[in-house]
Formats: sequence, C-alpha cells, structure tokens
Amino acid sequence: MLEHLKEIWARDPKQSKIALGVIAVLIAVLLPHFGVTDNDGILPLFTVVLCAVYALFALGLNIVVGFAGLLDLGYVAFFLFGAYAAAWFMSDFADSLNIHILDTAAATVHGIHLSFWFVVILAGVIAALAGVIIGAPTLRLKSDYLALVTLGFGEILPEVFRNAEKFTNGTKGIGPVDSVGTGPLAVLPGIDKTIAPSDYIAKYYVILLFCALFVWISIKLRDGRLGRAWMAIREDELAASLMGVPLMQTKLWSYAVGALAGGVGGAFYATIVGTVNVDSFTFAFSIIILCSVILGGMGNVWGAILGGIVITWFNYTGLVWIGTKFNDIAGTHVDLVKYQFGFFGLVLVLMMLFRPEGFIPAARSKQVKKADALAEGAAQ
Amino acid sequence: MSEVLAPAAARMKAPMKLASKLGLFVVMLVVAFVVWSLFSGPKTFAQVLTIGLSNGALYALIALGYTMVYGIIELINFAHGDLFMLGSVFAAMILEEALGKTKSSPSAWLLLGVTMLVVMALCAAINVTIERLAYRRLRNAPKLAPLITAVGVSFILQNVGILLNGSAPHSRKSVLPTSSVHLGSVEIRVKYLVVLFVTAPLLLLMTWIVQRTKVGKAMRATAQDRDASLLMGINVDRIIGYTFALGGALAGAAGTLFVQVNGQTRYDAGFRLGLIAFTAAVLGGVGNLLGAVIGGVLIGVIQGLNDGAPHFFGQRWTQTVMFTILIMMVIFRPGGIFGKAQQEKV
Repeated sequence: MLEHLKEIWARDPKQSKIALGVIAVLIAVLLPHFGVTDNDGILPLFTVVLCAVYALFALGLNIVVGFAGLLDLGYVAFFLFGAYAAAWFMSDFADSLNIHILDTAAATVHGIHLSFWFVVILAGVIAALAGVIIGAPTLRLKSDYLALVTLGFGEILPEVFRNAEKFTNGTKGIGPVDSVGTGPLAVLPGIDKTIAPSDYIAKYYVILLFCALFVWISIKLRDGRLGRAWMAIREDELAASLMGVPLMQTKLWSYAVGALAGGVGGAFYATIVGTVNVDSFTFAFSIIILCSVILGGMGNVWGAILGGIVITWFNYTGLVWIGTKFNDIAGTHVDLVKYQFGFFGLVLVLMMLFRPEGFIPAARSKQVKKADALAEGAAQ
Repeated sequence: MSEVLAPAAARMKAPMKLASKLGLFVVMLVVAFVVWSLFSGPKTFAQVLTIGLSNGALYALIALGYTMVYGIIELINFAHGDLFMLGSVFAAMILEEALGKTKSSPSAWLLLGVTMLVVMALCAAINVTIERLAYRRLRNAPKLAPLITAVGVSFILQNVGILLNGSAPHSRKSVLPTSSVHLGSVEIRVKYLVVLFVTAPLLLLMTWIVQRTKVGKAMRATAQDRDASLLMGINVDRIIGYTFALGGALAGAAGTLFVQVNGQTRYDAGFRLGLIAFTAAVLGGVGNLLGAVIGGVLIGVIQGLNDGAPHFFGQRWTQTVMFTILIMMVIFRPGGIFGKAQQEKV
C-alpha cells in the first residue's frame, strides 16, 4: 500500500500534492462531524476545537522558531495578552462603564462589550506590540540567552497579572466572556445572531477560518522577501547581516507575526472557555506548543498544524483514552496522565536525537539532508 | 582572572553608554533601598540577611553546575535545576523514609552526612548518563538542538519527581537542631549556619579541583579549545563527563541541604530555584567559577531582602524581581558584573 502510494507520488508529484491538499481540506472541514459530544470518546468536540486553536498557536510559533530560528520559550505571554484582551473588552469586568458595540451581550449588562471580530483584531495587535516590546531589547542576544530571557518574560507576566488584582481579578479570573457573534451572516436562514456556548461545530469553523488565514499568511511570508531573510538569519546570522539583511527589523517582524497568532488564538480561547484565569498561563503551555512545532517539523506550515493537532489531542483526550482502554484490556490501574510531562519531554528529546527535521520536514531541511548525504558519499 | 573556565560566555556588541549609566542608576537605587531598609528595621534586616546568605550558598552550589557545563560545552543545561530537585527528593527518601531519621541527634547528623554523599554520587551518575545519552550525540548539531533537548530532559526529570514525590508539595522533617545562636540582639537559626559550614568547604574543594589538579587543567583546556585539547592527548569526552559529574554532585549536595533547611520537597522546585541559580551564574559571568559563587550569594541576599526586609516587594514578587535582574543582566552586562562583553568571532 505504502509502496504503491510512493510510486504514484514519484510519477506525478504535482498532482499528488493537489490530491493530498484536497483530502486535507476535506478532513479539516468535515472533522467536527466525527466528533462526539460526550467527553469519554476518542474525539470529543471540545478537543476538536482545542486542536484547531493549538494548531493556530503552533503556526505562530513556527514563524519564530521554524522560520527565523529564534528559540522562544515564552510563547505563553502572547496567549495571555490575547486572552486578557478578550476578557477586558468582552465582559462585565469594567463595571463602571457601559459600552456596547455590535456585541452579543444583553444591553442591560455593564462593562465593555465589543464585537468578537473587533476584539480579535485588537488582541492580535496587542500581542504583536507585546512581541515587539519584549523582542526589542532581547533579540540582540545569542540564541541560548534569548531562550532564557523569553522564558523569563513568560514567567514574569503571569506573576504580574496575578498580583495586579485591580486589573485582572487575580486568581479569581475574569468572566463570563461574551460569545462570538455571527455578524451579517445572521440574515441567512438557520443562523443565530450568537454562537451558542455548546455549539462547538460553529466555533470550530470560526477558528478554522483563522487557521486558514494564517496558513495563507505564513506561506506568503515564507516565499517572500521577509521569509527568505528569516531563513538566512536562521542558517547564519553573521552571513545574513553581511548580505544586507537588517537583523533587528527582520527578527522583530517574526516576533510580531508569531505573536499575532498567539493573540488571536488567545482571544478565541477566552470565548470558548468563558473565564480567563491567570493560572492557565504556564511554562508547560509554551513547551506544548514547542513540542507541536518540533514534532511536525520546524519551518513547515503543514507540519506545525499536524503537530498541534496530534499533541493537543494527546494532551486533552488521548492520554486518558489510551489509559482507560489499556486498563480495560490489561485489567491494570495505570494513570497515564501522571506521565504527561515525561511524554512531552520525551517527544522533544527523541525528536532532536533521531529526527530533528520533524515528521514533515521543511523543503529546505530535505535539501540540506540530501546535500549532507552527498558530501558524505563524496568524502568516502 | 584565573578561575575563568571559558572566555566570557556571551558575545554581543558593546553596550551603549546610556545603558551603563542606567545600570549605575539602578544599582544606586538598590543600595539606597537597602540602607533605608537597614535603618528602619535593623533586627529583621540582620535575620533576613543570614537566611539570604544560607540560601545564597545553595544557589552558589547549583550555579556552579550551570557555569561549568556552559563553560565547557556552551549549553544552558535547563535540566540542572531539576537534577537538584531530584537530589532533594532522594535525600528525603533516604534519610527520612529508609533510615527513619526525623529528629535531631548525633547519629542523625552522621547519617545526614552519609546521605549527602550517596545523593551526590547518585546525582553525578544521573548527570553523566544524561550527557552520555542525549547531549553528547548533539555536540556538533545546530545550537537549537541541544537546547531543546535540555528542555525535554528537564521535563522528563520533573516527571520522575512527580512519580517519586507526588504532584503536591511533600513536607519533610529536618534533623538539624532547631535552636538559635544569639549575636547581640540578633537571633540566627543554627540550620542556616550549618548550610554555610557545609557549603564553604565544598566550594573550596571545587576551586581546588579545577585549579590545582590535572583533571582541572584538562577541563580548563577543553573549555578553551576542544580540538586543540584533543590534539594534546586529552580525552575530551571523559573530561566533559567529569564536568557533568562534578556539577551533578554539587546539585545533589544542594538538594540534601535544601530539604534540611526548607522542610519540604516539591517536583517544581528545580524549575524555580534552577532559574534563580542560573541568574546567579549570569550575575557572576557564565563560565566564571568564582563569579558563580559570588553571584549565588548576592542573589540569595537579594532574595532574602526582597522576601523579608521592610520596604521591599515581598514574596509574591520574588519571581518578577529575580527575572528582572536576569533580563537586565543579560541585556546590559552579558559578561557578568566582573566580565567584559566580547565581540563575536567570525
């Protein structure tokens, strides 16, 4: 079967790629219809939505780590800004105000209530600005120090947000966050003005839209001038700067665009869980996203998506599901969730040792590997 | 400086003039704060100072592990803090659970010493194994690869910590005397003094190994130029293994003392304390052994003051204060407080 497919691929790579693309799009569109509503199944709808959100995060981090080669261990910071943007502008938190703009909340509810579609842009912009502000002083650093400083920011921000209770409600959290409105689509028959909290299929399509948009942005940027500059920096910073690539500016762009995805995903995440609580923003989040990017293949857009989906499914459903199934068959009482951290750690270590280019290698890493093999052959 | 294991680690453009003025301003501000704090509560001040010193000694032990590994293979070993955490869990398991020592007595002190040696050996062995299995294979890979691997190893060790210790903090009994020494009107707990008395010889021993022994000479040579060392007949792999063993042993010692002083073990202790210790290493200049010790003590004192002394931010801002120091140092003085920033070699 596999041999057969390989043969077809070799005969006509272009058409095979189109076919693969069509299949991928079909799966993406139809996926929620395979989801089940109860939480014990193999594919709960909530997990399907989360998979898409995390795929968006992975796409964002892929730009920073995969394209520009900057190890960011504090991606949680952008997630945090996005989520709090939604919490501030889509809830009754600002009690003394009463601002409603195309929102979904009842007019009698106090607070700032903007339409989700405004807030999502706002969240993206806030996160991108945060990226630039964090990046500006740190991007001059070498890769290992940069990793450490981003990690530092990822640790400081939650603590600041936890302590600044006046602005964030501390550990009590802000909620409920309004749900997503359908805007002009509401004139169509069968579509409500608001997406109901339990309507995960509709929510999935909203986030799918953002994923698709970001795939397009990623590919456009990758193939353009900026993308080439990123990859030049990734391969050799010194050489890139000698060739006239403005290092700071190029790196800042990668941070800003990567952060944008984090902000958008964060705002959307806030609307699906309903409450924004500072305890959700941990170092483990940054690592999970990093795992996704590395598993899928650093620098490959499709790899990041696949990695995000696989890792998220594993994290939210797979571990429990496999554990229960295993216990049913073997009659044991193994709690696989206990091994969650180790699992992510193992993914990172094993991938780095045995397949650093990921499951779907980027085109460039394939070329590098081929060139290395050729050079080795020549040496022998 | 003869203790320098590697040429000052970070290389970046010389910081701007404005930045150094800003740095001077910040330092003066801190000094002013400290003096103000000293005058408004001299007794509390002296007490938190001793706590800070003893914590600082532990940070110094951990910081040395970071700095030696960075000096020799230019890798921030993210897993080092978690090795320290495992050390603390092992120590509690051996002394309290296996040997059943929960009260202060001469026999317990003796067994504490034995426990410390066993834990040091264990941690050294684990660190060498990690290097052998993971880092060694990536020595010539792009820089991102070993760094990501180190993060992965850190998560694996944390998972081991969860399995051994549970996901909640586990309170442990100390065998150190609970009494205090009075110096004038200032009261100092004996356990903090014990930490200082145990740590100081360890640090001296380490300096002696690195500076006076043949292995130490080989370590310094390897840090300076790996290929040249290889040509001079130094077994570079073995020397790097030695470095990891020494670093691991120090982390084990720090872990043992940490349980005795703080009375609890938790799986995420390594992440936090490890990062504070790394801040200490950066403060002293990564790769600089004496710098790591001074940085450790300094950061311990700063933390002690922040957590306890009047007019500081208090415990809930500890992380923020620590990381702000780390970020400021890395940006403005990446070579440490004694070091000089270096230009990148082509």
